Amino acid sequence: MKKETLIWTIVMLLGAVVLVLNATLRQHGPAGSAYVEAVPQRFVDVSDPGEIEPYWISYDSEEALDYEICAQPFADIPAEKREDWIRYDQATLGKYLEEEAINPARNPYQFSLSRTIGIWIAAFFTLFIFSFLYKDNPFYKIAESCVVGVTAAYWMVVGFWDVIVPNLLGKLFPEWVKLWAIPGLEEPPNYWYAVPLVLGILLLMRLSPKGAWISRWPLAFVIGTTAGMRLTGFLHADFLSQIRNTVIPVIVFDPTNGSFDWWASLSNIIIVVGVLSALVYFFFSIEHKGVVGKTAKLGIWFLMVTFGAAFGYTVMGRIALFAIRLEFLFDDWLWLIDPIQRRVPIEEVALLWSSLSAGFI
Amino acid sequence: MKRTIPLFLTAIGGFVLIIAYYIPHTQGWGEVAAIWFDILAAIAFLLGGGNLMKIHLKKISDHKAGWAYSVITIIAFLATLTAGLGKVFSPPSMQYPDMAWSGSYREIGSAFWWLFEYAFKPLTATMFSMLAFYVASAAFRAFRAKNFEAILLLGTAFIILLGRTAAANWVTGWLPESWAGLKLENVTVTIMQVFNTAGNRAIMIGIALGVAATSLKVLLGVDRSYLGGGKG
Repeated sequence: MKKETLIWTIVMLLGAVVLVLNATLRQHGPAGSAYVEAVPQRFVDVSDPGEIEPYWISYDSEEALDYEICAQPFADIPAEKREDWIRYDQATLGKYLEEEAINPARNPYQFSLSRTIGIWIAAFFTLFIFSFLYKDNPFYKIAESCVVGVTAAYWMVVGFWDVIVPNLLGKLFPEWVKLWAIPGLEEPPNYWYAVPLVLGILLLMRLSPKGAWISRWPLAFVIGTTAGMRLTGFLHADFLSQIRNTVIPVIVFDPTNGSFDWWASLSNIIIVVGVLSALVYFFFSIEHKGVVGKTAKLGIWFLMVTFGAAFGYTVMGRIALFAIRLEFLFDDWLWLIDPIQRRVPIEEVALLWSSLSAGFI
Repeated sequence: MKRTIPLFLTAIGGFVLIIAYYIPHTQGWGEVAAIWFDILAAIAFLLGGGNLMKIHLKKISDHKAGWAYSVITIIAFLATLTAGLGKVFSPPSMQYPDMAWSGSYREIGSAFWWLFEYAFKPLTATMFSMLAFYVASAAFRAFRAKNFEAILLLGTAFIILLGRTAAANWVTGWLPESWAGLKLENVTVTIMQVFNTAGNRAIMIGIALGVAATSLKVLLGVDRSYLGGGKG
């Protein structure tokens, strides 16, 4: 075994031991546990026997008081007139412990195995991806394969439920879609939507080796309509509005007292000069010499400041994401930090604050 | 036929929308076209999924190097697809509790939500967060303050990075109120509101002109690169 591999194996083993100790030697269950609040959802159909459409209301709502059927215990309501399930809302260990101390027999908060497994999987995925900072390795490749599979399916599902069902199937076959997916759908069929359906089927022909050429038709339609929309959209929203916003007064007076506002005037002058000089730099039909060259140079300086700002923001965004991932690892998974006191019961937080305040005072 | 009809479809689709923009009665066509575009984009995702399956199944059947990772990709793909399309463990909507599929596929507690929360989100967020290291490393290697333009770029990035953190207060917090404009957080605001606005406006005007010119080239059939190669 190479020396480097040996060192990393020892580091990994030590890390695993620390992880197991941290996870198991805790007073209130293993680190990385998730807790949920079980919220019963109970609904009753209060429609009259003659009505075709059912009318469902929450059994626990104030509206239920107006109906006789809701006066009886939920279990006594005929099965075809009631529906119920449990919704599990995110909770904290602190809330669980607080309720456990008061009434352990009727504690609505409980440990969630599925979400605990989720936290552990998310943590390992995070570590697998970060392992690439050392070098490419099988763990990173596993995570990478999952990214590809999950992401492709995620966008397919989003496209299906958010676009294909309501905007395509819902327009062509509303009665059928109403039966299984969108119960409240009340609109007549619109057969113009057969056009995108046909184009969509042609697009899928790309998967067939012989029929791939026909997928150019829907692609051509998409490109044509996009070009048409973008041409007017960009000219209207970007070109004209940016020019309009740049036509601003260069001598500004304070509206409250009528005095000369030198800062607003200077800002506006810089904006006008900056836009014009940067546009001169983008104008390549004349050689950048003499006055044009100097103006273009000024334009480059403005553009450099803009690129610097964009770069700064990009780096900052990525660092913020990195910090969020670290917070997830140390807070949600390892329970080494607890910035918003989620794992301490509220009374203890109050006590902690009061003692801290007393200490400071 | 393989090239003429697509060119015709492109021109018709684009020019109808441009003309419709100037006729108040037909302005709704743009919205319909946008919906059709969304439908085709959603179908393109199906195409993408199909293509993914095709490529990885081929890789597995050929036992190419790294085929085991293709198995993982397909398992992840099919699991997410089944959980999402089948609305697994997704409760019905409150208005229609008797209809099993009336609820949202993203409902908290559903299998698809679980996959989003514990797989999609951490994986993609970590991937993007790693770029912090690579951007910093690339910047360290590539950026050199060798001329005035480079100094401007680096200086601005440095001020923006410092100005939006607590470090800004440590560095310039001691300045008196009469010099408040020189405090890093205020310098950052000035850069963003004045210099960055000017540069961005020029870039946006340039982009708009570029998009308009490219769109016209596509609609008039001058640019046919989107049709790919081959004889038609």
